Amino acid sequence: MYKKILLAADGSDHSIRATSEVIKIASMNETSIVTVVLVADYSQAKSDVLHSGSSVELDMKRRRKLMPVEELLRAANINYRVEILHGVPGPSIVEFANKQNYELLVIGSRGLNSLQEMVLGSVSHKVVKRAECPVMIVK
Amino acid sequence: MLEKIRLNWFSNVRADILAGIVVALALIPEAIAFSIIAGVNPMVGLYASFSIAVIIAFVGGRPGMISAATGAMALLMVPLVKDYGIEYLLAATILTGIIQIIFGVFKVAKVMKFIPRAVMIGFVNALAILIFMAQVPHFLGISTITYVFVGVTLLIVYILPRFLKSIPAPLIAIVALTALALFADIEMRTVGDLGTITQSLPSFFIPNVPFSFETLMIIFPYSIALAIVGLLETLLTATIVDDMTGTESNKNKESRGQGIANFINGCFGGMAGCAMIGQSVINVKSGGRGRLSTLTAGLFLMFLIIVLGELVVQIPMPVLVGIMIMVSIGTFDWSSFTYLKKAPLTDSIVMVTTVLIVVFTHDLSKGVIAGVILSAIFFVAKISQVTVTKTVMNEASHFKVEGQLFFASVESFLEAFDFSVRDEKIIIDFSTTHVWDDSGVGAIDKVVLKYYENKNEVKIVGLNATSQQLVDKLAIYNNDNAKMSAH
Repeated sequence: MYKKILLAADGSDHSIRATSEVIKIASMNETSIVTVVLVADYSQAKSDVLHSGSSVELDMKRRRKLMPVEELLRAANINYRVEILHGVPGPSIVEFANKQNYELLVIGSRGLNSLQEMVLGSVSHKVVKRAECPVMIVK
Repeated sequence: MLEKIRLNWFSNVRADILAGIVVALALIPEAIAFSIIAGVNPMVGLYASFSIAVIIAFVGGRPGMISAATGAMALLMVPLVKDYGIEYLLAATILTGIIQIIFGVFKVAKVMKFIPRAVMIGFVNALAILIFMAQVPHFLGISTITYVFVGVTLLIVYILPRFLKSIPAPLIAIVALTALALFADIEMRTVGDLGTITQSLPSFFIPNVPFSFETLMIIFPYSIALAIVGLLETLLTATIVDDMTGTESNKNKESRGQGIANFINGCFGGMAGCAMIGQSVINVKSGGRGRLSTLTAGLFLMFLIIVLGELVVQIPMPVLVGIMIMVSIGTFDWSSFTYLKKAPLTDSIVMVTTVLIVVFTHDLSKGVIAGVILSAIFFVAKISQVTVTKTVMNEASHFKVEGQLFFASVESFLEAFDFSVRDEKIIIDFSTTHVWDDSGVGAIDKVVLKYYENKNEVKIVGLNATSQQLVDKLAIYNNDNAKMSAH
């Protein structure tokens, strides 16, 4: 089964459902490692910086978004690490996945940004188009 | 050293040059519009954007950040230009540079950390509102076609980027609508009606002002306001670029660099400027990371003006207004509305006050200073609250003190005790407090001695180590003489 799994998450309900699917897959293989990535969106940078007192606080805020995801993974005894990327969500995830040769990429069908896309999230759409590994989209 | 130069300049050549070109294209309308806001010839803003961008590429502390003529600075200089003219503005720009260099040398960047975020949010919101307000006279009640052009510009800049990302939408709006206005011969005010574009490089000259104390008194208040606002926006922008690129920057070097850039810029006929949030974000998004991107932006901007100057004066004002409305919408912090709901009331008051003062005085520096003072007052008011809770256990009264004990809080501390009791056992627990100064110790003294007067037994517990030290050094209640005289 898959060993190197990339989970793109933003703390939304969809990404939590994606986490449960990742747990199902990863628990089939004891050696599998899950990397959880959160993309700090460029277009949010200004308001992120304005609304946090220091860069340490900002890091903490971003990390806190992933807490529910991390809790699920920890409870299921899955090996995982967390990575925070800066950029435009779709391309950043694709670039990261392709460069590090992940075997499977799991992503929620829609993120927190509900304004942008109504049916399939634009991020997951872009990721499916450009990622070089199998992509699993969780509804 | 060489390795550092290579990293700062040539580690990202292709992307830096491309991003610099994109930024230069986006800078032109803003430099012109900010000149018009300040009430000077568009060349003053264009020269400023060229000089500042080129100089800061070498002396700045945050590679990849874009500095040029900005709205925040333009808004500050309006009265100076109106009352005294351009020469005084240039002199003020040079003085701004000197002040910023001094700020940089004395590491004032560190002090900026103390500016609360409520004030910074107020700052960007006020800036957005002022930029918008400055556009109103250029489109309100002029002609129907003016409204149409503003509207079409807005449609282009908001809808086009969804389909076409490589060319900045404002540029497309300018080219397409200027061409339309020219060919269809539509009567509208143009940039040329508000000033001239000279297709030449800036040249060195000393501003023609009398070198007197009087001149200094005129320009100094403006220069100090420009220096503060410039550094404030610069350091905010630097933090944003730091976050986007996941790298650190040297804020003191950046402050000094801004000073050097403004100093030289003033000698070459440019108006004071600072870092720009919007342009820096565009630069990073377009792939710009190194100093080369900033340098390219400045050089390409000048190249465009020299080549295309004659066309630039034909840009219809409504198009420029549309782009500036987009800039003001982009500057405004839209999450402020949720902030107002979630943040503590005092923070919301500080934010709104900052905005209101700026909007009424048209002076960003006044809003910031008022905001800082107001939040300092709120802060002192908040920490000067000491709560004392009383519980009775084992025939002794326990008083638990919570909060900071210092000169501003001793009164509320003293009010909490009832000194009319007699022959009681009293325990005062200081474990959740900190004694900061003589007044704090004095207050403890007073309480203990007052209780002694009525033959009460008083025990003080739970002082933390530093508070205990201070009490041991200063208090008189545990001095035998004092006790004796109290008995």
